[in-house]
Amino acid sequence: MRGSISNRRLFEPRSLRDALRMLRDEGPLVPMAGCTDLYVSLNFGTLKDTRFLNLWRLDALRKIETRGAGVSIGALATHTNIMRSALVGKRLPMLAAACREIGGVQIQNRGTLGGNVANASPAGDTLPVLAAADAVVVLASAGGIRRVPFTAFYTGYRRSVMRPDELIVAFDIPAVHGRQWFRKVGTRAAQAISKVVMAACDDDRPRIAVGSVGPTVVRLPRTEAALASGASIADARRTLVDEITPIDDLRSTAEYRRRVAANLLARCLTEFGMS
Amino acid sequence: MRAVGRNVLRKDGVSKVTGAARYIDDLTFPNLLYGRTIRSTIPAGEIAGVHLNFDTAGFTIVDYRDIAGRNIVALIEDDQPCLAEREIRHVAEPILLLAHADRERLLAADVQIDYRASTPNYDPAASAITFKTITIDKGDLDRGFAAADRIVEGEYRVGHQEQLYIEPNGVIAVPGPDGPGGDEGGIVIYGSMQCPYYVHRAITVLLDLPDDHVRIIQTETGGGFGGKEEYPSMIAGHAALLARKARRPVKIIYDRVEDMLATTKRHPGIIRHRTGVTRDGRLTAMEIDVLLDGGAYATLSAVVLSRGVIHASGPYRCDHIRVRGRATMTNTPPNGAFRGFGAPQTQFATEVHMDRIADALGLDPVRVRDINALRPGDTTATGQRLGRDCSARQVLREAVARTDFTRRRKALAGSNRGIGLSLFFHGSGFTGGGEVKLASKAALALTERGARILVASTEIGQGTRTMHAQIVADTLGVPYDCIDVNAADTGEVPNSGPTVASRTCMIVGRILQRCAEDMRARLGAMTPRQYLRAHGPLVVTKEYEKPSDITWDDSSYRGDAYGSYGWACDVVEVEVDRDTWQATPVAFTTVHEIGKAIHPMLAKGQIEGGSAQGIGYALIEEVVMRDGRMANGQLTNYTIPTTLDTPAIEVVMLENPYKHGPFGAKGVGEMPIDGPAPAVINALRHAGFDLREIPATPEKIMRARSASPEQRRPSAERESLRSSARSGSELGVGPQRAK
Amino acid sequence: MPITLTINGTRTRITAHPMTRLLDVLREDCGLTGTKEGCGEGECGACTVLLDGVPVNSCLVPLAQADGTHVATIEGLRGRHPLQRAFVEHGGAQCGICTPGMIMAAVALGRKPSMDAMRVGLAGNLCRCTGYWAIYRSIRSAAGASKR
Ligand SMILES: Cc1cc2nc3c(=O)[nH]c(=O)nc-3n(C[C@H](O)[C@H](O)[C@H](O)COP(=O)(O)OP(=O)(O)OC[C@H]3O[C@@H](n4cnc5c(N)ncnc54)[C@H](O)[C@@H]3O)c2cc1C
Ligand code: FES
Ligand code: FES
Repeated sequence: MRGSISNRRLFEPRSLRDALRMLRDEGPLVPMAGCTDLYVSLNFGTLKDTRFLNLWRLDALRKIETRGAGVSIGALATHTNIMRSALVGKRLPMLAAACREIGGVQIQNRGTLGGNVANASPAGDTLPVLAAADAVVVLASAGGIRRVPFTAFYTGYRRSVMRPDELIVAFDIPAVHGRQWFRKVGTRAAQAISKVVMAACDDDRPRIAVGSVGPTVVRLPRTEAALASGASIADARRTLVDEITPIDDLRSTAEYRRRVAANLLARCLTEFGMS
Repeated sequence: MRAVGRNVLRKDGVSKVTGAARYIDDLTFPNLLYGRTIRSTIPAGEIAGVHLNFDTAGFTIVDYRDIAGRNIVALIEDDQPCLAEREIRHVAEPILLLAHADRERLLAADVQIDYRASTPNYDPAASAITFKTITIDKGDLDRGFAAADRIVEGEYRVGHQEQLYIEPNGVIAVPGPDGPGGDEGGIVIYGSMQCPYYVHRAITVLLDLPDDHVRIIQTETGGGFGGKEEYPSMIAGHAALLARKARRPVKIIYDRVEDMLATTKRHPGIIRHRTGVTRDGRLTAMEIDVLLDGGAYATLSAVVLSRGVIHASGPYRCDHIRVRGRATMTNTPPNGAFRGFGAPQTQFATEVHMDRIADALGLDPVRVRDINALRPGDTTATGQRLGRDCSARQVLREAVARTDFTRRRKALAGSNRGIGLSLFFHGSGFTGGGEVKLASKAALALTERGARILVASTEIGQGTRTMHAQIVADTLGVPYDCIDVNAADTGEVPNSGPTVASRTCMIVGRILQRCAEDMRARLGAMTPRQYLRAHGPLVVTKEYEKPSDITWDDSSYRGDAYGSYGWACDVVEVEVDRDTWQATPVAFTTVHEIGKAIHPMLAKGQIEGGSAQGIGYALIEEVVMRDGRMANGQLTNYTIPTTLDTPAIEVVMLENPYKHGPFGAKGVGEMPIDGPAPAVINALRHAGFDLREIPATPEKIMRARSASPEQRRPSAERESLRSSARSGSELGVGPQRAK
Repeated sequence: MPITLTINGTRTRITAHPMTRLLDVLREDCGLTGTKEGCGEGECGACTVLLDGVPVNSCLVPLAQADGTHVATIEGLRGRHPLQRAFVEHGGAQCGICTPGMIMAAVALGRKPSMDAMRVGLAGNLCRCTGYWAIYRSIRSAAGASKR
């Protein structure tokens, strides 16, 4: 049942500084980006918060630009912005691939990278890409900037190190030199929630991350280490299965997720030319 | 120019593409209140207390004690209360109604219900309450099995399916004095619905009002598929109760979640087959057991079961058939009408079973069907002798030829693609004596330029208005544009029966045609205008007339179950992803014989749309019930096909006219959904995955038995040679056993 | 504080809670009921409108975020867009509830969309009636018509 809004209050910052000050002085406030997650909960009546901060006007957070040999993507960049960016297409095609598979065009036009990450669903499609690419989350508060490795961002199911007075302002993604790979396995062919989602790259050594197979997106350090020291695909599959903790839920089963994750790994490694 | 057979512009086309068409949520009234339904959160038990934890000022609050008439949703059985009194039989059962002018306050109102919970039952086989049993007997089963070389058995399961019309249920109730009955307190109800006269009857019973004090007006309806057949009587009752108490108009619009949790779905079922066949593939005996899960109240389960069992032996000739059907009660929200109405469930089983028979005999699936397909002059399970309009073999042959099925099947063998087919039929109109009992009426009023159609048949997207206008235009001999269609408003149109059962064209269309014939005779050489000047207004009303060659005996379940049948064959090619077990339909061909396509484009639209729904039913639409509650009642978790899930659908329409149908037309609305699921499962079987259950989600495909003969485990198949065959009852495949 | 946006070419001042859904503003404050609500969860696309030219689900857009934008709804096509005629002629609309959103999403596909562009571009618009192919045929035919 729809939630009511008359009891809610919206803060309208004009600049990032404004926003950070409001977070410090008026907090806690719930940041609103594209609202493709927030308004679903509002419409379902499950959104209990009453004070919100509208980020949508902070155009400075929409930039997609080069940063050294890598890329920096503003938190408010939409999935459409990202998949259309020539820079991302060239340097981080696996992210473009992920954004292309999010929702339908309407969602892509509003949903943001920052929102996908801050929403912290283990099924978020861009998350494995950021994890595999060793991205850095740039957090800002009135007190200053903090840079957190993406792999250290989540602390548990829907929990992260982000403080209530902080915003995600950008993601810094270092250059990825080797091949990149992305695959989403959803509940249907389009507009689907992931049952398993995997991203990988083989820089000097393979880096692999999987979503929807545990409380948070996970990198696979043991599988990666095994592969770096020459493990076969069959061995890597076994290690991966030990490293993930999928569950049965509304959308799939633990067994399916385990077997599919192993198959995707094998497929990816085969495409990377390993055996 | 004649209209029938041409793609004239649909009557409601322009208003729909401009946004001008008014659906129920688009309407408003002065002094409008919004209504909200408080529902049970437990599947079984009793209400122990109701607490209103909010300031009730300005609220209208209704419970069962406010009901002036009978507290039932009048339909077939009178078992379902409009508002629960004490007993709770399912989650989301309506208990209390609230209305308020301010939606925010309405939403914020907190009601707490205390319960004494009892133990729910979710297993239809273990149910203590049976809503209906039906047995169809043809020939002598023992003789049939004695003539068999082999016996093939199988058990097949189908899950719930949600209709998922894109417009949720909604109504507005407007009480007198402006309405009928004036100050005496009549009521007008506007709403999204398929059957205004069902709602009319339910409201007169609920409010204890005379017929002429209740008026039901269908608003533009955003899809129904059966989901707005019986349920609107419930929501209309709620709005009416609130409106009467508040003496103000009340609007109730369900949001998507409420619609999914509370309203009817397709019946899940367990269907068992035990079939005797000769070595060369002839069916000698078919013993079929159908169990449908009716949910908590009877609603339409009896008639769904009826259509289900009549279609259970498929479009096949067999001298010895016994079908036993049962619909039982479980503590889940009531299941009800959904396009196909039992036939998709039972024909799924038949068609998957036919492929397994072919496999067991080492025969080609096309050949097994071709040998056994019904021909003109054959009799069905109920003993109905088929006329020349039986086209089972034609559709089969056309589909096989079109798709180059046999070669394709060989070519794909061993790959990750499979190709499968299904042959099916669907009776048009109400089952058995239903049409006689309904005695539907239709009327035609002469207008200056032509005529105005007065029927209670509703336009729900399928093209009722257009198709009726075409029939009338050609029969009357006036241009299509000169025919108007009245709103389906019980204050203005006669009771043409419900808009269900593929009957709107064949049955109601035929009554209208008779009205037009009569009107034309009366006009003689005069134009409508001249006639009106000379004789004043002219309204011709006709009632359904049973063709004399149709007979039915309800007590023995023998005779002509339907006036006519449509026939169809689907061929689908499915690709299974080797890493993810996701099955993608890559090519889909369907051949439909529908008597006569009054409007080829509309007919094709029904076939494409129904096929897409059938593909969803086959692969991705899964209602997850947890503790009696639909756990995935959101569009994000109950997934229907998107553009990318829907393959290209090649539609071939054949015409083999039915002599009593208007211009030869039979029904087309439901049939398309009967075939895709078994065709998909048969294709998966060809690709190496032996499933007996839908939806065939990747999780199930992953766990499916291998269908390749060398890997087949002996226990997987329960075929036995004739010498070791025992009778059905010994095997326990007759009456359903508890698990 | 009132919010100003341009709806179908007309500058409009709206006085409503800034968190009101754009969908409700259009339907209730502006009387533009052509935009439909099928789910309120961003899944069905029945509420699709163009916001500064791109399709969005108006059930997920807070009014505050539409401040200063151009919003185009089905009413803004004034019955004159080739797609509208084509949807009538080619069976693109059955029950019609998905149609306004579908047409707005189709408008955003541009002049002559490829089959792929249609299937991907309309994946966020659910239609339960047509099975989609009549919709593709409608769009195809409109593309042909607008060429002339
Ligand atoms: C129909 C539909 C389909 C979808 N499909 C997919 C899909 O396929 N894959 C997928 O991954 N997701 C999907 N989503 C979810 C959603 O679209 C994405 O997660 C999107 O990226 C969220 O971005 P947003 O800007 O809309 O977030 P919002 O809804 O605005 O915010 C989400 C959360 O993030 C917080 N937040 C937002 N920005 C910041 C910031 N800069 N700093 C700190 N906190 C912030 C908000 O406070 C809120 O808690 C879908 C959603 C819908 C409705
Ligand atoms: S109502 Fe907005 S997407 Fe369904
Ligand atoms: S036409 Fe009915 S949902 Fe599309």
